[in-house]
Amino acid sequence: MTTEQATETAQRPHPALWGVLYRSSTPFWEAVRRHELSLQRCAECGRWLFPPRPMCPDCRCAESEWVPVSGRGTVHSWVTYDESPHPAFAAPYSVLLVELEEGARLVSNPVDIAPDELEIGMPVRVVFRDEGDDFTVFLFERATPDAQEEPASAQ
Amino acid sequence: MAWNKVAVIGAGLLKFGELFDKSYEQMAAEAFQAAIGSVDKGFDPAMVEAAFVSTQRGTLWGQEGIAGNTVPSAIGLAGIACTRIENACPSGSDAFRVGAMAVASGVHDVVLVIGVEKMRDKSSDEGLLARAASGHPVYTRGESAPVLFAPFATRHMHEFGTTREMLASVAVKNHYNGARDPYAHFRNEITIEDVLSAPPVCHPLGLLDCCPQTDGAAAALLAPADRAVEFTDRPVYIAGFGVATDHPYLHEKASFVGLPATTAASQRAYEMAGIGPGDIDMAEVHDCFTITEILDIEDLGFCEKGKGGVMSIEGDTALSGRLPVNTSGGLLAKGHPIGATGIAQLTECWWQLREDAGERQVRLEQGFALQHNVGGRGSGVSVVNILTRNER
Repeated sequence: MTTEQATETAQRPHPALWGVLYRSSTPFWEAVRRHELSLQRCAECGRWLFPPRPMCPDCRCAESEWVPVSGRGTVHSWVTYDESPHPAFAAPYSVLLVELEEGARLVSNPVDIAPDELEIGMPVRVVFRDEGDDFTVFLFERATPDAQEEPASAQ
Repeated sequence: MAWNKVAVIGAGLLKFGELFDKSYEQMAAEAFQAAIGSVDKGFDPAMVEAAFVSTQRGTLWGQEGIAGNTVPSAIGLAGIACTRIENACPSGSDAFRVGAMAVASGVHDVVLVIGVEKMRDKSSDEGLLARAASGHPVYTRGESAPVLFAPFATRHMHEFGTTREMLASVAVKNHYNGARDPYAHFRNEITIEDVLSAPPVCHPLGLLDCCPQTDGAAAALLAPADRAVEFTDRPVYIAGFGVATDHPYLHEKASFVGLPATTAASQRAYEMAGIGPGDIDMAEVHDCFTITEILDIEDLGFCEKGKGGVMSIEGDTALSGRLPVNTSGGLLAKGHPIGATGIAQLTECWWQLREDAGERQVRLEQGFALQHNVGGRGSGVSVVNILTRNER
């Protein structure tokens, strides 16, 4: 391995954070890379399909569409880790289950929200953080209840 | 339903714990010997026609992945039909269900079901749970076992007013029972205050809200009900069983105050047995975390949705309560060697129905005991087995 390659490897996010691009999930991660949130929706019954998949688990329709969503929602439930299960995550850290305005639910980590500030129903909005040259993650930060701003980028 | 009735003619386990001195094969052999020794009228191991081996994680050491062909040799049964069963945390209870179907179908007469799991020989960050960070590496970002249940606790507290003390009462009760079970990993009693002051693990769950990592093995011997008298005058029968699945990812859970797989599996088992939750005298349920037992007793129909915390703290699930739950100490005190857990729970049910449970013995009225596991990615699978001492 050359020094250049070794440096590149060291700067990559931990493998636990790499996006795994399956055919069905590629549009989701490509949108996140553009700092946009777009979700798959069943063309027949309208069910949100997240994680993305080839077939609707409710009506079994194989046709779907990709729909931009607001990235705004509320905390449906949450947890805070006091022990880290993996070197990629430094405890304490929290994991949010966010219900978007559109009804879909996503799981990710909060940005700049202390564990003791979290509560069910807290308004949040998506932010994006580039990790390395080829991967971006989506996270959630606190939002004011009626905020209409565009999704921002985390620093 | 046309199926031949099945009897449990023997069952046993070895003391659960950190068994660094026992190999995987050693634990299997000891559990098998315990099951043989439990058969009232004696048992010739050569009678075993087929075995189902449950081990959840088959890739840590090299041999468990192919346990279907290594275990028979290790326990003196080379030559029999043998298959490894994996179905997440219900692996052991599902091996039991598959063994029961092998007998019920008439294909086999005497069947061994045996669960074995090595949890402690590797460090925590290399062990089963770290390696078992199941599911998608990004969609399940930052999740691990506690995160699959802690959001249910947070939501249950939010919707029903369940308190930390109610959660803690589950751990206190199960440690009380474990202190009376010679096979339990932890045999010490604890208090509500101990649970509340334990180090936090994953809000709102603390250390004593979580089951330990435990090594162990358990085994049961099954035979057609009409041959039970060859082995015992106190047979226990399989009344029914059910398995059900659910969406695995948290994003897709319809509810964060219940586990639909448990409800569906139990309804199938109740229907097969021709009974309802009110007929159950005692239950061994999946208490990997304190909140899980509260969800279980609601989803199994033992109380109204939302009342599980109250039922626990008021003592209804204690040894002397209306419906004793986890008389063995449960996963919280007896331990959770995953592949062995379900069969060990069934062994406790077997002892209770034969009134062999000593100071843990519950009062039998209808003669039915229920065993339950739930697990996998996001509680995506549940298995329920119902045993009875009533003539089938």
